[in-house]
Amino acid sequence: MTIHQLSIFIENRSGTLIKVLDALKEANIQIIASTIADTAEYGIYRLICSEPLRACEELKNANVAVALSGVFAIEIDDQPGRAAEAVKAFSEAGISITYMYSFLLRGKGILIFRTDDNEKAAAVIRDNHLKSIDENDLSALA
Amino acid sequence: MSVIHEGPYFNPEFETLTREQIEALQLERLQKTVRHCMNNEFYRKKFAEAGITPEDIKTLADVRKLPFTTKQDLRDTYPFGMSCVPLRDCVRLHSSSGTTGNPTVILHTQKDLDEWANQVARNLWMVGLRPDDVFQNSSGYGMFTGGLGFQYGAERLGMLTVPAAAGNSLRQIKFIKDFGTTAIHAVPSYVTRLYEVMKEEGVDPRRDTKLKVLAIGAEPHSEEQRKRIEDMMGVKAYNSFGMSEMCGPGVGFECPEQNGLHFWEDYYIVEIVDPETLEPVPDGEIGELVLTTLCREAMPLLRYRTRDLTRVLGRTCPCGRNHIRLDRMRGRSDDMMVLRGVNIFPIQIEKILMQFSELASNYLITLTTDEENDNMTVEVELAQPTDDYNQLQALEREIRRRLKDEILLTPIVKLVAKGSLPVSEGKAVRVVDKRKVYQ
Repeated sequence: MTIHQLSIFIENRSGTLIKVLDALKEANIQIIASTIADTAEYGIYRLICSEPLRACEELKNANVAVALSGVFAIEIDDQPGRAAEAVKAFSEAGISITYMYSFLLRGKGILIFRTDDNEKAAAVIRDNHLKSIDENDLSALA
Repeated sequence: MSVIHEGPYFNPEFETLTREQIEALQLERLQKTVRHCMNNEFYRKKFAEAGITPEDIKTLADVRKLPFTTKQDLRDTYPFGMSCVPLRDCVRLHSSSGTTGNPTVILHTQKDLDEWANQVARNLWMVGLRPDDVFQNSSGYGMFTGGLGFQYGAERLGMLTVPAAAGNSLRQIKFIKDFGTTAIHAVPSYVTRLYEVMKEEGVDPRRDTKLKVLAIGAEPHSEEQRKRIEDMMGVKAYNSFGMSEMCGPGVGFECPEQNGLHFWEDYYIVEIVDPETLEPVPDGEIGELVLTTLCREAMPLLRYRTRDLTRVLGRTCPCGRNHIRLDRMRGRSDDMMVLRGVNIFPIQIEKILMQFSELASNYLITLTTDEENDNMTVEVELAQPTDDYNQLQALEREIRRRLKDEILLTPIVKLVAKGSLPVSEGKAVRVVDKRKVYQ
């Protein structure tokens, strides 16, 4: 039920981010969503993109330190309170969300998140009729 | 030995020898030392390999016929293989940490300890300290020779001596004020630290203390650093040279002229050699310091390669001492780093880093001076990126902890992406020293 996310280790010095973006541009990969957090020395640049498996290979070829990870993507209506409902479902099931980011795509809200228990999380999504979307859906929307 | 407690010299009969007298004394003591070395199997073998006997030492220049001794020899003969006296005649053992195998052990007889204390006392007397002074030794004790070395030397001189040891700056400052401390021995970076804490506490060393002399050593520092320390503390700071293989502190010390360190030639033969060819270099040229002990009973060392780089500045001095003057140490002929008085080899860092499967094999050690403190930064490449910050931070913490256990200092650890550190042809550059001392 998860989708591929690229996790890229980025050092906090100028030029490291552009190296990644240039490599993606060269490979004609489209970025759908991305997030980067700041710590003193380095960050993990997480991104959802078109053709994640090929993107990962292309980045590795460009000597970028990248790992693939599985994250959930669920679609919610772009209305107040929808994110709260979704997160509450996980919280009540005792699942921790390690990190989360969101974006709007064609008028729909997309929540991307990672949990500490993917199996349980998948069950919660099914039981609560949350709309999980896969890579094809995402690419189609993008 | 005779000691007079007045005048500028602690051992006037030795400190004011002429060049001819120094050399005559050195020859006599060298011959005696070489004969004494025949009590030891290691040296007997070395002499046999070199095809020499004690009778071959006829002039002082014949010292060059003797084989060199290295730290590796000390490791190979660990623990007692280089002792020239029975163990029951020894009263003290100092050991340095093992880096790539065995640690090194230095043994002392009671006479060795007495001579050591005399050298330190001579140094402290030379820079104006007298029995009325109060000496606070803010250096590590235990195996680190700067502790007991200065303790016994300061006591020999007759000073009230406070074994404050390193650290706990607030207590140090309280002692300085309450005991009327007039002299401190510490590594230079610690003096700076002490000053910072004084400032925070509103203590002005000029106004609120009786300090007049600082003895600083055991870590490389530049002339500029010394001047800064003198300006901060409002006192003279004298450079001290020592190494545990020779005894510890006491081997060389600056006189009030502050123009190089006098190395005591009644105790040591000083040679400066090209570290590649091992041939002597002319005065003024930088080479590796090689020392031969002349008074040691338990563990005489012949032509010991210190790996420290320096040069001869002169053999006379307005202070009246004709003992050779050497420049402050300019670096090392091996890859040993000296940071806050601690000796560290890159291999120690490497050994720890390679224990982590998460890390790649490329790393870089950078030494910097931040404000006044020397710091070590270890950058290491991550073998496999991860999506988990906590994992990265836990990894950093664990690297830091294990490095601290190994080198006794806490370095700054930086994880970097694989391929981001410079890769050099052949031998990789592992250490970049940006400290002010080498600029």
